[in-house]
Amino acid sequence: MTPSARSTSYWIVHYGLLAFYVAFALFPLYWLLKVSVTPNDLLYSEGIRLWPSRSSLAHYTFVLAHSDFPLFFKNSVIVSGSTAVVVTLISALSGYAMSRFNFGGKMWLVGLMLVTQMFPLVMLVAPIFKLFAPLGLTNSLTGLVVVYTAFNVPFATFLMQSFFDGIPKDLEEAAMIDGASRFRAFRQIVLPLTLPGIAATLGFVFTAAWSELLFALMLVSKADASTFPVGLLSFVSKFSVDFGQMMAAGVLALIPACLFFLLIQRYLVQGLTAGAVKG
Amino acid sequence: MASIEVQGVSKSYGTMPVLHNVDLSIQDGEFVVLVGPSGCGKSTLLRMVAGLEGITSGAIRIGGRVVNELAPKDRDIAMVFQSYALYPHMTVRDNMSYSLRLRRTPSERMAQVVSAAASKLGLETFLGRKPRTLSGGQRQRVAMGRSIVRQPKAFLFDEPLSNLDARLREQMRAEIKKLHRDLGTTSIYVTHDQVEAMTLADRIVAMNEGIVQQVGTPLDLYERPTNLFVASFIGSPAINILDGILRYDGEHRLITLKSGEQIPTASHVQGHDGQAVKVGFRPEDVQISHQAEGGFMGHVELVEPMGLGTIVHIGTTHYALKAFVLERVDRIVGTSIPYRLPASKLHIFDAKTGHRLPE
Repeated sequence: MTPSARSTSYWIVHYGLLAFYVAFALFPLYWLLKVSVTPNDLLYSEGIRLWPSRSSLAHYTFVLAHSDFPLFFKNSVIVSGSTAVVVTLISALSGYAMSRFNFGGKMWLVGLMLVTQMFPLVMLVAPIFKLFAPLGLTNSLTGLVVVYTAFNVPFATFLMQSFFDGIPKDLEEAAMIDGASRFRAFRQIVLPLTLPGIAATLGFVFTAAWSELLFALMLVSKADASTFPVGLLSFVSKFSVDFGQMMAAGVLALIPACLFFLLIQRYLVQGLTAGAVKG
Repeated sequence: MASIEVQGVSKSYGTMPVLHNVDLSIQDGEFVVLVGPSGCGKSTLLRMVAGLEGITSGAIRIGGRVVNELAPKDRDIAMVFQSYALYPHMTVRDNMSYSLRLRRTPSERMAQVVSAAASKLGLETFLGRKPRTLSGGQRQRVAMGRSIVRQPKAFLFDEPLSNLDARLREQMRAEIKKLHRDLGTTSIYVTHDQVEAMTLADRIVAMNEGIVQQVGTPLDLYERPTNLFVASFIGSPAINILDGILRYDGEHRLITLKSGEQIPTASHVQGHDGQAVKVGFRPEDVQISHQAEGGFMGHVELVEPMGLGTIVHIGTTHYALKAFVLERVDRIVGTSIPYRLPASKLHIFDAKTGHRLPE
């Protein structure tokens, strides 16, 4: 049956289900936005209304002008951005090696990398703190980048490996016969075709680092090296939670992630290898 | 252009041997086809010449120089892959000029060479397009164009026509042959298609299970196959093979089939009386006769008209065989049919070793 031949009721159900899923997934985000523009005096009196009777940007102004949030924000951008770039560089190389070469101990390496993904990270907080303290890596953005890189490289390597596996070996062999070294073939032929994979890895690692709380909280105690998830906690005080400001900060924190995905989405949806080999 | 020498080359993956002591000498300008069933090691041998696979033992020389340790890029050869392996993110022009750019060819010269190759292959109008917008045949041409722009020492073809449909394959086969006639570059061509092998080759190398079975001109292999493998691999429709016993009858040699029927053979076959043999004869050598005298009788099992001729499947109580005749055959399935087996066209092999009996 061709799509156009399906009945109207099929399409109603089809889009109905999709709409339900999208609404379900996006509702918390909507609520975040709604609370962020609700003035404090209406927050509890109009708690379950879909949109407050009066909205204001006061929370945003406060967060931007009178809190440490811009600093947290900058720290997060630095940490997540560096982590994403470093992890993608390493995993592009290691993923290529995993995909193309057979070497002694490869099975062990894969096994060890899987092991790192198997147990809860909270177990590692204490040993890592003990290791980092004498090295001066606590209370530093570099320390966070190191930790995030270490934890993201295994998964990113598997991710990149699967993208390289999808690129026919013939292409780089053809390039090597054409006169390229293996590294040049990797750079000029394989890498451009892996852009969707690189974009996916960048995006995955960036968001993972962007929203990481545990290590950011444990390894950093000073405000000037805090990232924004830790910063969000500062809206929770001993006696109250400032929901409005917290939500405003939350909405602002979504912006870089959204921008980032907007930038890379072109590559995420692109099937560049079409036509490379007989298809 | 250059000659290619393969000397005592073996290859194994771990403990698994895939090529056994291959010797092969390819003259400058020769077109050699490696043919065999899949897994026989022909592609591996080609990839070893290209430098894409390591050599376990032995030596490969291109133009007199040992290339065992030389990277593919330094061997100055070109290769056409079964998958075409076109760079999908580059235009046809960039695909064809990539090797020239790597060699820092001046851009004027590059444009000249690429357009010459494109016009030779009828690709002028596609130069600005990406490979994914081309048909299978056009992609195949681009892959060839990419090889010829550089004037390499040798062309290597790895089953280049396997992904094309039958009509296009026939057409490209002729183009490859013409191209080789024009350029005269030493070529090694791998295929499992014996028709391609027969039509293209100056010499065929028949391989099976990592061992070279026979090297010779297409007609050598067809008319004097050195063993059962070559006899049954080359030729379509395939050769008939029957079990028999070699008998001496004074000066004459006879082969007694299981059915008790006796086939006279050329008298100079060297074997001993009572030796178990396999006797092979090509379907076109089976003569369908109109009278029963002096021949054998069977019944028609199947008639396959091919246009060019007809394949008649003949059954007897003990064996089945195929005959190929040029004329139309309108015999009814199940009716009896007399036929003859000409003594001079028999291929006789030792039943145990599969080797051809000396004559």
